[in-house]
Amino acid sequence: MSDALLHIAVEKRVGSFRVDTNISSGPGITALFGRSGAGKSTIVQMIAGLIRPDRGRIQIGEDILFDSARGIDLSPERRNVGYVFQDARLFPHMSVRQNLRYGIDRLPKAQHGDTLEKVVELLGLATLLERRPGRLSGGERQRVAIGRALLSNPRVLLMDEPLASLDAARKSEILPYIERLSADFAVPVVYVSHAVEEVVRLSDTLVLISEGRVAASGAVEEIMGRLDLSPLTGRYEAGAVLTPTVAGQAPEHHLTRLDLLGHDMYVPQIHVDRGERVRLRVRARDVSIALKRPQGTSVLNILPATVSEVEADLAGAHVELALRVTPAPSANGRAQTVLARVTRKSLADLALAPGKPVFALVKAVAIDRHSLGGHGLGAKRNIPADG
Amino acid sequence: MTTSLALTPLEWEALGLSLKVALWATLASLPLGVLTAWVLARTRFPGHGLLNGIVHLPLVLPPVVVGYALLVLLGRQGPLGGWLYDSFGITLAFTWKGAAVAAAVMAFPLMVRAMRLSLEAVDAGLEQAARTLGAGPAKVFVTITLPLMLPGILTGTVLAFARALGEFGATITFVSNIPGETRTLPLALYSFTQVPGGEDGALRLAIIAVVVALAALVVSEVLARRVQRMTQGVDTPAQPEPRHV
Repeated sequence: MSDALLHIAVEKRVGSFRVDTNISSGPGITALFGRSGAGKSTIVQMIAGLIRPDRGRIQIGEDILFDSARGIDLSPERRNVGYVFQDARLFPHMSVRQNLRYGIDRLPKAQHGDTLEKVVELLGLATLLERRPGRLSGGERQRVAIGRALLSNPRVLLMDEPLASLDAARKSEILPYIERLSADFAVPVVYVSHAVEEVVRLSDTLVLISEGRVAASGAVEEIMGRLDLSPLTGRYEAGAVLTPTVAGQAPEHHLTRLDLLGHDMYVPQIHVDRGERVRLRVRARDVSIALKRPQGTSVLNILPATVSEVEADLAGAHVELALRVTPAPSANGRAQTVLARVTRKSLADLALAPGKPVFALVKAVAIDRHSLGGHGLGAKRNIPADG
Repeated sequence: MTTSLALTPLEWEALGLSLKVALWATLASLPLGVLTAWVLARTRFPGHGLLNGIVHLPLVLPPVVVGYALLVLLGRQGPLGGWLYDSFGITLAFTWKGAAVAAAVMAFPLMVRAMRLSLEAVDAGLEQAARTLGAGPAKVFVTITLPLMLPGILTGTVLAFARALGEFGATITFVSNIPGETRTLPLALYSFTQVPGGEDGALRLAIIAVVVALAALVVSEVLARRVQRMTQGVDTPAQPEPRHV
């Protein structure tokens, strides 16, 4: 995008490790995704001014935060960049309210009260205000940390693995808040994570980081559908991201019907308005391939597709294929790719090769809530109680 | 003949003087102590080790040597002492102010040590977080670092006060043993042991010294515990849970 807000082009050597990145990100949530130790945290710390790059340039809008060529290096407090740390870092000697208000002076005075109220409401902090951080759960602490960063009126909010130290229950408690805040506060978010579910669910733009460099960047579904990147996106967890729209509900079966390029898909029921676009991740190991449309099968989702790529370099019994979904006549929309993992034997038996028309079979039960995400979901979904 | 526990006017004078000297020694060196602790804990520069050594020197040197060094430096003829007298009319040698300086120098390493330890325990990550929230280094120090190192400041202050109260060697060398001016409690006690029939006075002063030191330690312990609760981010049990309607 030409109206990208944040530009980073920096180099930094730490021991024998070298970070050398060039990233532009726009509004919404940009995820920096990669394995632990890939250099993601180093990058956001450089944006915040907590680590000094060896050379390069960091810019938000027209404001230059760092430019080695011109000798500019703003101190962290002058960067107007919010930072949510993995370990929350609440000030232990202050109450939750005092923590929240710590950076509030960067807001115009007239907005103090309203914004505090809005943050408290969005993050559900009303009952915690007079408590001390030592008495909060991990999830509560992280919500306070997010609120504190929002109240400091940041131009960009950096979130550095904010969920990494929480258990699954706490994670799903916080994810909906993060989905909403970028939209509600009109603040671009740079979200660092090594967890693919978080990235798929939250990010608008995905930047894949490997060994200190940008391996790829683009829309989530585009990056996740690339076979050549699956070693980086996670071999075992490899899976493509589809963006169907909601076509209707089937409450008698507790299912929701989706429309993907004119084909019906069923997933466990989600509460999203008809016509909204959702995002769902389908793992490669949950997809099987048939040459003819199967009859009398329990598999609900049968998508006509064409093999577009075969990745046979894997060791062992598996191969991975990229399947391009064939649009129904009259359907239009973005191209959709499904990844499938099959055995080497099936590859040979079915003579699968690029260009071959096939059917991709996806069990509806393989798609769980954790694989669902997207704008419509974040803003409008009533989060159903698990159980 | 029974031992009377009532203090004579001279002994009261020694006690009062001791408290005055120790109080001034402690209070005056407090800001410098915090600064030194911060410099030693949070900065690295050539000469860092040397500074650390100088600060700790009084801990290992014979007190008489420190007293003699003070006399040479701060005496009326000394380079610093002469300047102080000429410019401000301040005389340190053989006055109670000099006694306070001697006590402060001897107590300084203990003060800095305690403060430095607690400062090193303050998570630098919290200071980083404060800076990303828009606080400059000075605001970070006052609102984050200082409150969190408060237990160490308290401990350091009490230790220094107790040490200053008992200072003997450097004091007697630098400011001598002048009744009403520099004869602090330890010096008075020493004087009693040097004259026949002084045992009663010596005993009374020894008891006073023990009581004062003990009281200081107990008070610091109570305060430290309260402050610790505060800085660990846990509500004090007395505070009721807030109610919400």
